[in-house]
Amino acid sequence: MEDAIFYDRLQFAFTITFHYLFPQLTMGLSFLIVLLKSIAIVKKSEIHNLAARFWIKIFAINFVMGIVTGIPMEFQFGTNWAKFSELTGSIVGQTLAMEGIFSFFLESAFIGIMLFGEKKMRPKIHLLSCFLVFVGSWLSGFFILVTHAWMQHPVGHEVGENGEFILTSFSALFANPWLFWEYLHTMIAAVVTASFVVAGIGAFYLLSGVKHEFGKLFLKVGVIAGFISSFLVAFPTGDQQAKNVAEMQPATLAAMEGLFETQEGAGIVLIGQPNMEQKRIDNPIHVPYILSLITYKRFDAEVKGMNEYPESELPTNIPLLYYSFHIMVGLGTLFIALMLLALVQLYRKKLFDQKWLLWALMAAIPFPYIATTAGWMTAELGRQPWLVYKLLRTVDGASPSVSAGNTLFTLMGFVGLYFLLGTLFLFLVGRIIKEGPEEKMVAES
Amino acid sequence: MEVTWLCIMAFMFIMYAILDGFDFGAGMIHLFLAKNEKESMLIKRSIGPFWDGNEVWLVASGGLLFMAFPKLYASFFSGFYLPLIFVLWLIMGRGISLELRNQLDNKVWKALWDKMFGISSLLLALIFGIAFGNILRGVNLGGVENGISAYESHFFFSPLWTDLAHSENPGVIDWFSLFIGIVAVLALIIHGGNWVILKIESPFKKNVSRFIFKITIAIFLLLIASFFILPMVRPAIYGNFFDNKALLLIPFLSVSALLLSAIFQKIGKELAAFISSSLFIAGMFVSAVISIYPAVLPSTNDVNPDLTIFNTSASNYGLNIGLTWWIAGILLISGYTFMVHWMYRGKIADDVNIYKQYH
Repeated sequence: MEDAIFYDRLQFAFTITFHYLFPQLTMGLSFLIVLLKSIAIVKKSEIHNLAARFWIKIFAINFVMGIVTGIPMEFQFGTNWAKFSELTGSIVGQTLAMEGIFSFFLESAFIGIMLFGEKKMRPKIHLLSCFLVFVGSWLSGFFILVTHAWMQHPVGHEVGENGEFILTSFSALFANPWLFWEYLHTMIAAVVTASFVVAGIGAFYLLSGVKHEFGKLFLKVGVIAGFISSFLVAFPTGDQQAKNVAEMQPATLAAMEGLFETQEGAGIVLIGQPNMEQKRIDNPIHVPYILSLITYKRFDAEVKGMNEYPESELPTNIPLLYYSFHIMVGLGTLFIALMLLALVQLYRKKLFDQKWLLWALMAAIPFPYIATTAGWMTAELGRQPWLVYKLLRTVDGASPSVSAGNTLFTLMGFVGLYFLLGTLFLFLVGRIIKEGPEEKMVAES
Repeated sequence: MEVTWLCIMAFMFIMYAILDGFDFGAGMIHLFLAKNEKESMLIKRSIGPFWDGNEVWLVASGGLLFMAFPKLYASFFSGFYLPLIFVLWLIMGRGISLELRNQLDNKVWKALWDKMFGISSLLLALIFGIAFGNILRGVNLGGVENGISAYESHFFFSPLWTDLAHSENPGVIDWFSLFIGIVAVLALIIHGGNWVILKIESPFKKNVSRFIFKITIAIFLLLIASFFILPMVRPAIYGNFFDNKALLLIPFLSVSALLLSAIFQKIGKELAAFISSSLFIAGMFVSAVISIYPAVLPSTNDVNPDLTIFNTSASNYGLNIGLTWWIAGILLISGYTFMVHWMYRGKIADDVNIYKQYH
């Protein structure tokens, strides 16, 4: 059984990580596309419209990748996590089914108009379709996070005689205290990703010396949206999310901060490697009192360390959790700095000439993806060893009848298939970027 | 409440079978009949705006099954682990082949995705049919060997195949499930053919029409055979029908709808033909549900009981809440579906425009 759990977890981790590369751009980019289309209509600006058309092309491929890698997620609840599905289905099934009914149908109905309807429809109808696709994708994220919030902080249920979770309050799922900040944090992080992509492609055009007008427009939109979203993803949403962890999952907080011993006036570790044998952080760079301050708003507040919790209640992979959290926070801080710098230069009208900054913006494209991945790893590793926090252990959730060998086989299949998908995606998006936006409206024949 | 949800689930899966069924069928028609770029594009465009929405019915049905009958969902998905993962891979391949085909204007590129699209449609139809066969036949719930269960009574794991003949512990693929799989393939070819004919305006229609007429004869013969084959794997399969003879109307009407579909096609009533093949699929599905009711996954051993709608369902409170939002949801969905079909109404003409405006 041990092996089977390992492969089940690895397969889920691999497929969800790969999957989430796409929806984050879908959610963020749909927001920016609505923004561009709205400006195009209000200002009657041709270039904004052409810019939106360009991003819609990339959106299309990204969206398809999101769908095809998303279907395996729903399947895996049943195929690999059958015991979990059986016990939590009446709750988790509600929100997952609602996602299908309320957001996937909406998206699929309007994506067609968004992609191919621009020439047929009036501009406002086309904008409305873009807007509804945006709503659909954010709604989809919402239902997923309601599900996730319940696993992190289960509410609105009772436990039946066979250990099954029985829904007792539907509204409690949506009023979950874990949900609000996590949802905003995740959605804004998606906007960060999209902003970095848009700004980075803009920088690429300026550095390549082609499509100047678009390069400047993308930079402007990307940098402004990028600064606002990078800031909001840290304050207040990330900060509040961490406070929720401190309050509702204190053992997780201690592990992700790398706090081995309970301390009054606990400091925060910026850099350092957790040494699980000696129970300390090696080579630490340390700022005293800050952890107490940001968690409890007092310099001398006591923060409980990992020593307070039995090993069976602590996350199973503490170093990985610690690194994930620190990578997320570290990158998030750099994003604010980079975007602030770019924004100042944009304001001083110097951004477009500063090659090193353009290089930095272009090179930054992969990093929001790394940060969001690290963020999700923090959430998921932090919840271990539980599937449903404090109520259902991960080892008790897997499919009893599926052997390790079968899961290894399908895992290898997924790795191969996703390698191909990823290559295709980069190839096709690369072509669109190379071609660039159309310079002017092509007359319809 | 359980019965209500069984009806909802049946409705959802029938909608899926009818809607995604026509694009599976179109994919198979494409595989067998399309000979040049024009014919290929005609078929692709007949399903182009719809297939994505059709696929959502599967995802939504899966979600609803998860919510309403969690135990069944858990048992079914883990027990048919490998076939379902193959389904996943095929669905993924089919999805990208449709969307990526026209990204590059190159003959080989297009041919590659066309083959992928056709073959994945064929295999998916076959696997769904095989899955259906497994449900009708039942599975070894609890993984019983020598009278002892290997797992909890509602779990099982089907090997892909054993000896293909009737054995003690048949695999997912055996002579019976393969038989049902072929019936499903043929049924969807007819259905997809009716759709393609309905949506295009081209001499190519004649080829499709001739092809599906032959298939109709084949499937009719197989259906007659099936009445004798079914009791061989499941002696009690007609029990519910004999208890309530009025129910016999459903399979009877279903087969009539199949014949009507061929007749309508002969006299050029294309929409009526498509509706008939839809009713045929729905009727077959409902007949199957009735034949095993109240079970939803029968057990082939005497140790563990069948999984029924009553021993796999979620709590009443959850089912009630689910019903409330499902009704709101299905109204919205009907609206969207109508909107999309209205926008893309009419036929796709056989002219130069088919190469334009799409992708």
